[in-house]
Amino acid sequence: MEARPEGLAKATAFLQTGHHNKNNELARKYLPAGTGLLGEQVGFSYDLLINALIAGILLGGFYAAVTLGVSISFGILDIVNIAHPAFIILGSYIAYIVNIRLGIDPIVISVLMLPVFYVLGAGVYQVYYESFERRGQESLRGLSFFFGLLFITEVILILVFGVDYRYVEAWYIGPTWRFGGMDFPLRMLVPCVAALALFGALQLFLSYTFIGRAISAVAQDQQALRLMAVDPIRIKRIAFAISIATTSVAGALLIIIQPVEPSVGREYIGRVFAICVLGGLGSLPGTVIGAMLLGIIESFTSTFYGPSWAPAVAFGVLLLTLAFRPAGLLGR
Amino acid sequence: MRTRVFVLISIAVAAAVFFAARLVNNDYVFFAGYTVLQFIVLATAWNILGGYTGYVNFGSAAFFALGAYSTVFFHKFYQMPIPVLIVIGGVISGIVGLGMGYLTLRLRGAFFAIATLALAVVLQTFIVNWDYVGGSRGAYIIRPNEIAWIGPYIQYLFLLMLALVVISLAVARGIERSQLGYGFATIRDDELAAEASGVPTLRLKLIATTISGALMGMAGAPFPYYIGYLQPSSAFGLEYAVNSIAMPMIGGTTSWVGPLIGAILLGTLQQIATVTISSAVNLLIVGLLLVGFVIIAPNGIVGLVQGWMRGRAK
Repeated sequence: MEARPEGLAKATAFLQTGHHNKNNELARKYLPAGTGLLGEQVGFSYDLLINALIAGILLGGFYAAVTLGVSISFGILDIVNIAHPAFIILGSYIAYIVNIRLGIDPIVISVLMLPVFYVLGAGVYQVYYESFERRGQESLRGLSFFFGLLFITEVILILVFGVDYRYVEAWYIGPTWRFGGMDFPLRMLVPCVAALALFGALQLFLSYTFIGRAISAVAQDQQALRLMAVDPIRIKRIAFAISIATTSVAGALLIIIQPVEPSVGREYIGRVFAICVLGGLGSLPGTVIGAMLLGIIESFTSTFYGPSWAPAVAFGVLLLTLAFRPAGLLGR
Repeated sequence: MRTRVFVLISIAVAAAVFFAARLVNNDYVFFAGYTVLQFIVLATAWNILGGYTGYVNFGSAAFFALGAYSTVFFHKFYQMPIPVLIVIGGVISGIVGLGMGYLTLRLRGAFFAIATLALAVVLQTFIVNWDYVGGSRGAYIIRPNEIAWIGPYIQYLFLLMLALVVISLAVARGIERSQLGYGFATIRDDELAAEASGVPTLRLKLIATTISGALMGMAGAPFPYYIGYLQPSSAFGLEYAVNSIAMPMIGGTTSWVGPLIGAILLGTLQQIATVTISSAVNLLIVGLLLVGFVIIAPNGIVGLVQGWMRGRAK
């Protein structure tokens, strides 16, 4: 297991080394705007600032998609699913396989795969409930269980696909819309829009359907739910299954934004929980705001200090939030 | 059994292990044995926090790497004997553990676990960007071939790790039987009730994180000498985090024997699997064993044996 690249930072570094000539085209697709091929900053300017802000907002939209599931499982259900990023990477690889074989658009694939991930999530919850939650052992053994799942998924993906970076083909990877000095790379814009659509759908579901309201209720009072003749375990299973289903979409968006290899998921553990805590546990609008904030901070960090520092930002945000406002921005 | 007797017996066992390894007279035994011993220290250290107080630390790799990189730093700074470096590595990791605990342990338990996971990523980011200790390229440490009194250098490292094993086992066992251990157990069983009955839970948790972190750092300090070429990806390898959780979970978390058994079994198994199959497959085995054990045998091998003996006594 040696020589494991450190995710995006390494990918960027790799893409920035100019001598990979055949990769130049690829590099142009994935590098942030304002970064030259050899990694040098193309001058400091007002444009750079605006573009860093736009890149941050677009990135934040994508982070929202990655975090919405955790917001449901950790924020509402109190299940610390640290394997969430592993399911996202799984989603990325499924999008990759189908995209390469059949040429279908990755987002379409991810929507088609939603039922599969839903069933997977329901299955994982069933095991979790039977083995840990019912016995009251979720804190130590439940956490280890999810950690084991995270690890197993990563190792299996390495065994099957190796540690090479994989990417998908779609018409919106590459072109950039320009308005005045503002750049909107479509490979960032499309995931951001898709993420906001996902957020809208989830928020409507939670607010206006019976099951959606029951999911919010299960966090507050299981006994009351039982008195209404609703099985809280069934509601929790549905909620957890939905949280895993979102990883299908998040995975597809991830592989649109950046090339993916199995260990990339680990970088997202800090991020998703930082966003979740920053936004306030269990609040979906809070999650979107937190995600945008983190996206903007990270974008500024990588524009002005270099992309290799970006992974540290999430942790700083997480620690500061925990130290000063543990309830988050929109906490309940 | 008194603590002093226990320490004497473990020193005797350690000496026996060392001379038995010398009798085989093959360097590979020392190389493989060093890894297993290192995992015993890591698993025991993890268990002091995870098993005794019930707080999960996913950042073992971070504490381990902290020890290893403090060695790289001080080695470049000024030549020092390894035992001194081990102490320095322990102090640094202990302080980081204390700081982490102070920021996150006042909140719900899950936050600590998440923060430790993130800690590994952040420390790795810092190391990758820090050129003095090699950055992403890695750092070389030239290991002397021989050392006075003992002979080959790898035997010296092996002996140091044996000493660390004795120290960590004595610490773990000492805690278990002291007031501290009972305090930890009350936190594990019902933190709210413990707090309400006047147990200083935050202080106890901080003590546990500090000791646990310090021992992990001490296990990491000799690592650069062992491997010769230290890279961020090898020092922060996920296998350290997984193994230091899986070993106590498989052995049993409630006493010092569990991590020892788990580490010896799993460590040896991995050494064999790495040679005979492949290193990726052996990590898969560890992951599957971890998940299997937490679902089927929540109290590990120790729990299984205890259950079996109780069944026979009836």
